Amino acid sequence: MESLKDKVAIVGMGCTAFGEFWHMDTIDLIVEAADEAFKDAGVTAKDIQAAWVGYTVSDTAMTGIILSSALQLQFLPVTRVENACGTGAETIRGAALGLASKTYDLVLALGFEKMKDAGFGGIGQAWPGKWHPVYGAAPEVGGAVGRYALAATKYFSTYGLTPEQGKTMLAKVSVKSHYNGSRNPKAMLRNRITIEQVLNAPIIAWPLGLFDCCGICDGASAAIMCRTEDAKRYRPNGDYVTVKASAIACGPGWGKERTNYGYTVWEETEAAAKQAYEMAGIKNPRKELSLAEIHDCFSIAEVIAAESMSLCQKGHARDDIESGAWEQNGEIPVNVSGGLKAFGHPAGASGGREVYEFYKQFQGKAEDPSRQLKDLKMGLSHNQGGHPGNFVAGITIVGEPPSK
Amino acid sequence: MVGIVSYGAYVPIYRLSREAIGAMWNKGVGKGERAIANADEDSVTMGVEAVIDCLHGMDRSQVDGLYFATDSPPYIEKQAASIIRAAADLREDILTFDVAHSLRGAGSAMRAAADAVAAGSAKRVMVAASERRIPAPNSDSELQFGDGAAAFLIGDIDVAAVLEGSYHLTSEFIDTWKKPEDTYALTWEDRFVRDEAYMKMIPQAVGGLFKKLGIAPKDITKAAFYAADARTHGAIAGAIKLDPKTQVQNPMLDNVGNTGTALAPMILVAALEEAKPGDRILFATYGDGADAFLFKVTEQIEKIRDRRGIKRHVASKMMLPNYGKYVEIRELMEWESARRGARRSSLPVIWRERKMIFALYGQKCRACGNIQYPRQRICIYCQAKDNFDPIRLSDKTGKVFTFSMDQRAQEIVLPKVFTVVNLDEGGRFYSVMTDRDTTKISVGMPVEMTFRIQMGPSENLPLEGSGLYNYFWRVRPVRC
Repeated sequence: MESLKDKVAIVGMGCTAFGEFWHMDTIDLIVEAADEAFKDAGVTAKDIQAAWVGYTVSDTAMTGIILSSALQLQFLPVTRVENACGTGAETIRGAALGLASKTYDLVLALGFEKMKDAGFGGIGQAWPGKWHPVYGAAPEVGGAVGRYALAATKYFSTYGLTPEQGKTMLAKVSVKSHYNGSRNPKAMLRNRITIEQVLNAPIIAWPLGLFDCCGICDGASAAIMCRTEDAKRYRPNGDYVTVKASAIACGPGWGKERTNYGYTVWEETEAAAKQAYEMAGIKNPRKELSLAEIHDCFSIAEVIAAESMSLCQKGHARDDIESGAWEQNGEIPVNVSGGLKAFGHPAGASGGREVYEFYKQFQGKAEDPSRQLKDLKMGLSHNQGGHPGNFVAGITIVGEPPSK
Repeated sequence: MVGIVSYGAYVPIYRLSREAIGAMWNKGVGKGERAIANADEDSVTMGVEAVIDCLHGMDRSQVDGLYFATDSPPYIEKQAASIIRAAADLREDILTFDVAHSLRGAGSAMRAAADAVAAGSAKRVMVAASERRIPAPNSDSELQFGDGAAAFLIGDIDVAAVLEGSYHLTSEFIDTWKKPEDTYALTWEDRFVRDEAYMKMIPQAVGGLFKKLGIAPKDITKAAFYAADARTHGAIAGAIKLDPKTQVQNPMLDNVGNTGTALAPMILVAALEEAKPGDRILFATYGDGADAFLFKVTEQIEKIRDRRGIKRHVASKMMLPNYGKYVEIRELMEWESARRGARRSSLPVIWRERKMIFALYGQKCRACGNIQYPRQRICIYCQAKDNFDPIRLSDKTGKVFTFSMDQRAQEIVLPKVFTVVNLDEGGRFYSVMTDRDTTKISVGMPVEMTFRIQMGPSENLPLEGSGLYNYFWRVRPVRC
């Protein structure tokens, strides 16, 4: 088995702003993201040989045709992928495999989601249990938050935190994300918040309140990819990134039915991280990664994900949060973009958007100079879809090209 | 000797005080309270509770029939007894039917059960009565109605109360009626009904029974009979010439309410709970006539004391804070229409998985011994294939492993408490917690199973739940 490490490169990226775009439809989102990526790579739609497109809500689109019709791609192979919130990572993985096999030379990976035409907040449905909907009690309004809240309750109880201590720990995560998002021009939520605001906000699903939840919104992200040996053709000055690892882990599920499932570790994220670190040759992720964009659909998700992917010792997230280790100038910056929490979460677009954060940071082009990190080597992008005990996790690691 | 082999009862946990009703309508009302079924309860779910209580510690496979009496069935067309049979995990090859359309149904069902046993067509028959009638807001009925259920196992072995005889009276008298299109029952003037029906029919049936058996009022230890209100109940006792202080079982009209078809059976359960061997208990049901029964209690009564019955259920209660909460759980208002799509259920799925849904069967892996729910082909612990034994989980208890309280779920009573339970005998069950005080839920808390409406058709969506009552097992804090 060969590693994918450094075989393919990302030579152009685009990302729409994320938000509630009452004036934009699916096609607008796709065209905006793709156009930015094409211009960034100095190519046009005519140069693309294949594409992977990812989205989770089928009400607004159909198959791969949504991409070819939006961009007027002329009879190209377009593959629609869907792996819940891991969809964005899956588009990049599909594109990378198509390049590594040398079937294609220049491809497009695009993820999008139009979530705000639904008529309600939150996601449309939780992924149903067996015998849905009688068993599994799904889908229900706010299904995802109710299920992540199960993990928050258990995390508090496992590590001996009172609900107040636990909620305060989580509040600090959200305060950090909003602070980061407030300085990111493309982020959905750009307001700064205080711990008191978080603690006094309405409860959505105890113990999680309004500010523990990310913003569901519209958006799209796109990447133009080629094999690494061709990358300089598009970016002669070498400011492209290479894919160090691309991992997907579908769990065996049934966590909420298995007595050996503890709710304090995301097993799928742990497995995807193991795949990714092996592929990228990473021994000490906390030291070797320059930043991590983590799936923080809820504050507790960031906490457990950081522990599950060994950025932090299990049960010690609180120490890192208190010391500021995850802040922009901390030991391992987590969600410097604002994360799903503040940047927003159009499901299929988030994976690509997280890679976009590293890509721009690496090029020294982070919007708002105050956000710019220095000496970047590798960045991790993480997403997970489903619910605790029943996830699919995707991790993409990109970084400095080997020749540089 | 045919008679009652076992008894059981159910009273929902919620109570609504008459004071709260009076405060709503700005009128002076009497004291007392009514038992109110939770939003996820109906006559079927309460019937299941009473039947399971009645079969406590007994072999459920020995039941040969289930006759279910109610005036508030969930469906006009579709048998309620068949659902109760499945949830209580009784055999499939038994006779089940509903006795509806009359408050007297429980008495009729009991006579039919006794006759079946006497005739030898069945050894043991379950008779259950359950009622969840919705009274018209601001009516006299609203002050009186309560919800509850009772069940009796009728047989001729290990009899705890021998049926000495019965007397039946039928009448075309009209006191209360309800057409399929009526939301609430209609009634005639209460004085007419009291004078011509209650005061005459129950005494007439009881008098007939006394004459038939050659006994006198003084031979009765306790009388358990129907009346719509406490004053009439006392008057009927007087008409039968019973001493109201010693011979009349408290009809619970002031702390549970008039539970219709289930009322006299529930009073009978209360009488049996206190009965001693040798006691003679009079039991009378009313509606379109009257039925009177005489039971003689045996030594066997001491062996079936371990029931929640009436006493323990009545003692275990939570007050609804106000009339508004009652409006909410009984869905007396038309709510804002939903923007989300209706949740559909699938009849082939419900049919295919009936053992897992209605009787809550999980499976135990023969290779690794782990209990799992729901049904699997490949063991979720050891990956062995198709190597399981079925195991009933509805009678298991457990401890809360973790929980969350969702304020925005599609559910009548919020928050919806999602609960992950580790079962005491192994396995894990994920469900919704009902009958709970949200300030007292904690990790490690003991819970038990209860059969409820998981998703009803009555939400503000046209085909929510595919228009069905989708029954399933929830968990609740161990009740009593």
